[in-house]
Amino acid sequence: MDRPFAITLEVGSSLANKTGAWRTERPVYLDRFPPCNQNCPAGENVQGWLYHAESGDYETAWRILVDDNPFPAVMGRVCYHPCQTACNRGRLDEAVGINAVERFLGDEALRRGWTVPVEAEPSGKRVLVVGAGPAGLSAAYHLVRLGHEVTVVDSAEEPGGMMRYGIPRYRLPRDVLAAEIKRILDMGVRFEAGRTVTDLRAEMERYDAAFLAVGAHVARRAYIPAGDSARILDAIKMLRDTAEAEPPQIGRRVVVYGGGNTAMDAARTARRLGATDAVVVYRRTKDRMPAHESEVADAEAEGVRMKWLSTIARADGGKVLIERMRLDETGFPQPTGEYEELDADTVVLALGQEPDLTLLEGLPGVEIDKGVVRVGPNMMTGYPGVFAGGDMVPSDRTVTVAIGHGKLAARHIDAWLRGTQYTPPPPPPPATYDRLNTWYYSDAPAQLRPRLEVARRITTFDEVEGGLDESTALFEARRCLSCGNCFECDNCYGVCPDNAVIKLGPGRRFMIDYDYCKGCGLCAAECPAGAITMVPEET
Amino acid sequence: MPVQEIKFYQTGSLVVGNRLLDPERRTVQADPGRPNTLTSGHRACQGCGEALGARYAVDAAHRATGGRIVVVNATGCLEVFSTPYPETSWRVAWLHSLFGNAPAVATGVAAALKVKGRTDVRVVGQGGDGGTVDIGFACLSGMFERNDDVLYICYDNQAYMNTGVQRSGATPPAARTATTQAVGPEPGNPFGQGKNAALIAMAHEIPYVATATVADLRDLEYKVHRAMEFRGARYLHVLVPCPLGWATASSDTIRVARLAKESGLFPVFEAEHGEITAVSKIRRKVPVEEYLRAQGRYAHLFGDPPRTDVIAALQALADRNIRRFGLLDEEG
Repeated sequence: MDRPFAITLEVGSSLANKTGAWRTERPVYLDRFPPCNQNCPAGENVQGWLYHAESGDYETAWRILVDDNPFPAVMGRVCYHPCQTACNRGRLDEAVGINAVERFLGDEALRRGWTVPVEAEPSGKRVLVVGAGPAGLSAAYHLVRLGHEVTVVDSAEEPGGMMRYGIPRYRLPRDVLAAEIKRILDMGVRFEAGRTVTDLRAEMERYDAAFLAVGAHVARRAYIPAGDSARILDAIKMLRDTAEAEPPQIGRRVVVYGGGNTAMDAARTARRLGATDAVVVYRRTKDRMPAHESEVADAEAEGVRMKWLSTIARADGGKVLIERMRLDETGFPQPTGEYEELDADTVVLALGQEPDLTLLEGLPGVEIDKGVVRVGPNMMTGYPGVFAGGDMVPSDRTVTVAIGHGKLAARHIDAWLRGTQYTPPPPPPPATYDRLNTWYYSDAPAQLRPRLEVARRITTFDEVEGGLDESTALFEARRCLSCGNCFECDNCYGVCPDNAVIKLGPGRRFMIDYDYCKGCGLCAAECPAGAITMVPEET
Repeated sequence: MPVQEIKFYQTGSLVVGNRLLDPERRTVQADPGRPNTLTSGHRACQGCGEALGARYAVDAAHRATGGRIVVVNATGCLEVFSTPYPETSWRVAWLHSLFGNAPAVATGVAAALKVKGRTDVRVVGQGGDGGTVDIGFACLSGMFERNDDVLYICYDNQAYMNTGVQRSGATPPAARTATTQAVGPEPGNPFGQGKNAALIAMAHEIPYVATATVADLRDLEYKVHRAMEFRGARYLHVLVPCPLGWATASSDTIRVARLAKESGLFPVFEAEHGEITAVSKIRRKVPVEEYLRAQGRYAHLFGDPPRTDVIAALQALADRNIRRFGLLDEEG
């Protein structure tokens, strides 16, 4: 080849120079475990479904959601969203309104009639589910999807358990609940209404496994000296009668005894049934109430009065006698001997519930501890093939926990039926806040859900909290930081001084070109989500 | 902000790309088919800010002109690491000249193209701060006053890094270099020396002058695009941290550039015909200490006892910039 004057070598590209040899550390992509996912009692892949909601692909988002939880519309209303408590964005401005987006997706699915297909081969196995509450229906849903034949039995006339008979309509409209349950039943789950299982052993002759989720419907009692004219109700019965459109006569002045979510539901329901004065009497202080903060705030907004550090000493003749308490050094309430009188047409007891475990009688190996059934890590009772979950096992007793139990139990029942073991995959390393490069996230205030004004709230059972519309739901979804998981922002691809990051195209993320990567670590440092880690090279 | 701000896409305008944006609103660097005018295999240090800044800027010029550019490169790191004979990392028409005459060579290329009637081909001159602010300054000033049709880009890493970190006219006060050692009562580079090349360029009243950093890609790309909308002399001054000379971690290059801007020490603005038309506001103000602490060239300020007096003097420089250029929002 003829070369110009004084040129002795052909011009070559620097691509011949593989600078990857300089590297002492290599960048590696990984998916970390976002705190929302980690904190979800139902085991939802929150970040995973938000990712698709961010692009407006609500159907894919919903499908990922219902992989774990068949009740997004219910969850989006009644879940106490521990995901949001853990959300890393809470440290930046405000937590992402995960619950609000979940509700939007759930409602969107109902509006558009999205259904979940059953794709598994029929296993030929029959599973009995006792109790059509959140745990039972969740288990039934997952078991049907795994190819099993499922029969759900409930002593009530309608499925839903505490979602129907415990949670008031103003928190969970019945048409929403009914639609999400129908979607599960339509997948081929057999439902037997109004049948109470009394002899489980006999039932087990017809089934290969059973999942028990009878809930906790028996009101706990406390001895209160009461005169003949005192009117005392159980909160759980009051809520149930109200749900069945036979609300009890409660009068104008109602005292609710207890400090849990049921007490709040009872007091708020009392306001809606016409009580002008609803007072919650609780023996400890506000911060020790088991009720969720938001429930207490809602009750107070609706005019419910709270009497902390108080117990009911006597009830009679339209009055209750309240004794003031004080907390001792151990935080336990002690009587003070000081009394006051309150007017009360009705006293509602909301002192907790216990499960009715008579169906377990005569079943060998089943252990009952403090009124609840003991289960192993695989949700199985001491009787092989009988699993249990929801409020009847030791738990936090929320709808979300119950749904999580149903899913977990379904996986173990499936493994048990197939003679294998279900081993959950080891969790990825946590996506902690310090892994994020928060510089890159836009300042974006949280979107608020519309709320019914108080005057309407206390005169009707209309839903208190509204939903987001499409634009606000999309905005809220896009507030997600995608902690620990690549969301294709192109930062790694852009900031590499050596062009050693290869962009694979939409949905396919990136890969490192180790031929040229010098291991400077800029991609890892500038990744907003912390989804790249630097690993020492072997020498 | 002259750059159109993109809101509520999780990361908005701040990241390189965004899967949620229309492709035409994405950056050049987000494009899987970007020109990579400075390609892999170059011999720049790990985490080199100049390699990054040069690819950002020349890729943007490439897009703005449809690839019809000639690049004239002064001697310096950028030239040395990209073209060890017989290899080149450049994938554009590229000329190397001397240390001090790149602006004059660029003038010549522009004149030649004009003679040939090829005004569609645009000229970009580029060099480091040494070749620009010191050695090539007479040629640069001449190019400015004749208003030659060249975009000149200075990649400012604040010293002669290629030859072993000697002080330049762009080295900031108190910084340690090989020729301004951290010894004596006034360690590092003296206060009251050096020059602000962007302000001097503005004094020539040329059509367009702007500053930028490698920490804000959208802003940098916008400024290259904007510069290409003018004919005549244009000047872009890009802050490009140098892990070697600044004694920073190679992974800190972008963070340090960001802190330079957020502290107010490096004002980011643009000017047309000698008047400032826009400044990039500080988004999250930081004290200069946060910027200085990340760099070994200022380590002598944080000894025992720390030189709080020197840190305060540097803070005063930042505060003056903030006042002078209006770097903070009114309510901020």
